[in-house]
Amino acid sequence: MNAVLAAAPPEDLAAAPELPDILPPAKPRRGLAGFVRRHPAIAAGGTLVLVMLLIAVLAPYLGRVDPTAIAPGRRTRPPSAQFWFGSDMLGRDIYSRIVYGARVSLIVGFSVALLASFAGLVIGIVSGFVRWADPIVMRVMDGLMSIPPILLAVALMALTRGSVGNVILAITIAEVPRVSRLVRAVVLSLREQPYVDAAVAAGTRTPMIMLRHILPNTLSPLTVQATYICASAMIIEAILSFIGAGIPPTIPSWGNIMAEGRALWQVKPYIVFFPAIFLSLTVLAVNLLGDGLRDALDPRMAKEI
Amino acid sequence: MLGYIARRILATIPVMGVVAFFVFSLLYIAPGDPAAVIAGDQATPADVERIRQNLGLDRPFLVRFGEWTWHILQGDMGKSIFTALPVWTMIEQRIGPTVSLMVVTLLLAVTVAVPMGVVAAWKAGSWIDRVIMGFAVFGFSVPVFVVAYLLAYVFALELEWLPVQGYTPLAAGFWPWLENLILPSIALGCVYIALIARITRAAMLEVLSQDYIKTARAKGLAQTSILFVHALKNAAVPIVTVIGIGIALLIGGAVVTESVFVIPGLGRLTIDAILRRDYPVIQGVVLLFSFVYVLVNLVIDLLYTVLDPRIRY
Repeated sequence: MNAVLAAAPPEDLAAAPELPDILPPAKPRRGLAGFVRRHPAIAAGGTLVLVMLLIAVLAPYLGRVDPTAIAPGRRTRPPSAQFWFGSDMLGRDIYSRIVYGARVSLIVGFSVALLASFAGLVIGIVSGFVRWADPIVMRVMDGLMSIPPILLAVALMALTRGSVGNVILAITIAEVPRVSRLVRAVVLSLREQPYVDAAVAAGTRTPMIMLRHILPNTLSPLTVQATYICASAMIIEAILSFIGAGIPPTIPSWGNIMAEGRALWQVKPYIVFFPAIFLSLTVLAVNLLGDGLRDALDPRMAKEI
Repeated sequence: MLGYIARRILATIPVMGVVAFFVFSLLYIAPGDPAAVIAGDQATPADVERIRQNLGLDRPFLVRFGEWTWHILQGDMGKSIFTALPVWTMIEQRIGPTVSLMVVTLLLAVTVAVPMGVVAAWKAGSWIDRVIMGFAVFGFSVPVFVVAYLLAYVFALELEWLPVQGYTPLAAGFWPWLENLILPSIALGCVYIALIARITRAAMLEVLSQDYIKTARAKGLAQTSILFVHALKNAAVPIVTVIGIGIALLIGGAVVTESVFVIPGLGRLTIDAILRRDYPVIQGVVLLFSFVYVLVNLVIDLLYTVLDPRIRY
């Protein structure tokens, strides 16, 4: 048998003709150019986020004057060489205020994304593993989810003074239920995987299973979710500040600048529009990053949410 | 089926219970003593103590929660600290504009977003699809008040086509009412349109790959009939679900939209209540909005069997 298989093909069998090169061989592009080509959303979003981060970090060098310096003699100047984005009704330089405002938006966005992901991860994993806790935890999360997030954050802010920390906490509480639900759904599907059964059969203890087998698999959908939470947190922060229930007016934030420009917006629209452009661009960048990460990391998981 | 409806309705009770508990705790842990506020500046500590006892504020947390819930169930939401009017009266005075805004936005969003999603799915991968999905990303990213100011600047201030702000009740005529609501509805609807268009596209893509669509094509049905009758009908469940979930976005956005366009609705009431720390009003508004949200999603859940007769319970 083996001898037959090993025998050389009969010599009279015509060799296949050389095929013309219809398709050029795929040459995966390497380096930065290749990455940009494969993941345009991540590249574009990531670059914009980086630019905003740089603006926030370098604010003291980019700002032209003290963003809180009041100059009654130069109120509501239109954009000019001296005031790039104009000045507000207290004579403060809007450009400098926007540069510093980037700090607030990014700190709030990133902190909420981190805190909500962490809290949601813990709640979701516990709820997915501890059977008696699951119905209780999920009813509480359902209850919190049935309060619209902005309203929940607004109600929480009514309890405390406006400060950056309180804003972060209020938005985090409003975002946690969604993350816990996502993590729990992932955990429940992972629990049915053969490798978890194998770990159980091998006598691995539950905390170890959670840490070694479940946790790493929740990270990619969670990363995607965290970027969306970051974007949503920045919008909610701006809304809270805009309606006067967020960052205290002494700290320049994009929402605050818009809130201050509100009374004058029909005659001096630039006070509202410059911070609006920065806010929209930053949120757009983070959302693009999220979409790109979703497609790159795990297209199946993220689409369900 | 009846059993399912009963179970589904019962399941909303614990959810509303959690909402009520949260909303009640809000007042309980709120800084400031309501008894001292009501007693006024001239009151002695004894007066404050008497008022506290009269109001029952000295009793345990759970007793007060039970009593408060009982009152709510009878439609008594307490009185505003600031105006001394019953909270329900204040809500009634402000509910008209908000309901108008939400209904117009809902109709506008659904009539725009669903065809957008259908076309995007039909022409998946083409430039039309890219433009629509690009718009969806923008809709998610541009905050509602940014769209609101932009629209008001272009269409009200520059072009002077529509009023800049304000609200006219429906009783004053259909056009004056609608005229004031067009810009706020577009602004408020942007995120919602983006959300619905995205889900419609995803649901339609799924359905369009099914065999019965091929059959419909093979027997020579018109494209519009295939898309809007055969496919859309089968893609309805996820779309309607997202329309329900998206109501939360509308409620949150309404607070801001009403503020930009100076519409005297519940959003305005909420902001005023927050700034004055008028907790009973905040409680009332949060409770009402959450109740409506839960109710809408309950109705949608029950609609599944109507939309898709294959779903049986």
